[in-house]
Amino acid sequence: MVIAGILILAVGTFGFRLSGRLLKARISFPPRARKLLESAAVVLLAALVAVSALTQGHSAAGVARPAGVAVAGLLAWRKAPFLVIVLAAAGTTAALRLCGVP
Amino acid sequence: MYVFGVSYGAVAVTGGLPLWVPAVLSVLVMAGSSELLFVGIVAAGGNPLAAALAGVLVNARHVPYGLALPAGAIGNSRIQRVLGTHLMNDESVVFALAQSGRDKQHAAFWACATGVFVTWPAGAVTGALLGGVVHNTAAFGLDAVFPAMILALVFPALRESRRLSGAAVAGAVIALAGTACGLPAGLPVLLALAALVLAW
Repeated sequence: MVIAGILILAVGTFGFRLSGRLLKARISFPPRARKLLESAAVVLLAALVAVSALTQGHSAAGVARPAGVAVAGLLAWRKAPFLVIVLAAAGTTAALRLCGVP
Repeated sequence: MYVFGVSYGAVAVTGGLPLWVPAVLSVLVMAGSSELLFVGIVAAGGNPLAAALAGVLVNARHVPYGLALPAGAIGNSRIQRVLGTHLMNDESVVFALAQSGRDKQHAAFWACATGVFVTWPAGAVTGALLGGVVHNTAAFGLDAVFPAMILALVFPALRESRRLSGAAVAGAVIALAGTACGLPAGLPVLLALAALVLAW
């Protein structure tokens, strides 16, 4: 069962990736539409950030993780290097949990 | 990516799954959030087929990724096309789109894709091995790594356009509302696309 699940996930994911690429090869988009598609990717990723930072299952994720991601946002805004941003996020979350913050 | 891989492998093993599950998933699926979701559902006693469908739903966002990525970013040889399609994920797409010009996009895509291809499975295996030893991976704040990483990657695009940041914030709110309403994982993120009207 687990193996079947893994295969379905793998094949389904590749299918999605391929279908986007094939569609693109068949249709040519005007620059405006292309810009919109790029925006679509950014909007999806931002939504993914919000959901993975702030929720756990269907409820709120506590304080430590959102705080860590907020620090990451602040550092990204100040143009800090990528590795610094990621480590600061994990470090903040870990430090808060060490202090007993959920 | 390696750090996120470590947290994912550790979560899988501490959830009671054997080491090969995160390892095989990381190579065959190559999409972190869906794998984490799959592992989370199965470890919680959920049906693996339902978990796979949830993961596939989360990965529906790769259709617009494929549409957004310029063909030249991946390349023309057969190997590049097949492997490049498989390695088209959150990180490699943002990295490539952040560059201007075909050559730079191509270089950025493959640099990131190769990095992910190596570090993601390596991280997952390391995490799975660690997870057998250390039980409370949340204590290291590893769950903050994935959102922080994606945030750092989309930030330059957001900084460039006020309209796009508005749409991104609206999309985030839609996705959060959808999650709070109990929609199945993956669907709320797709619904965020409705916010695109603000970027038009």
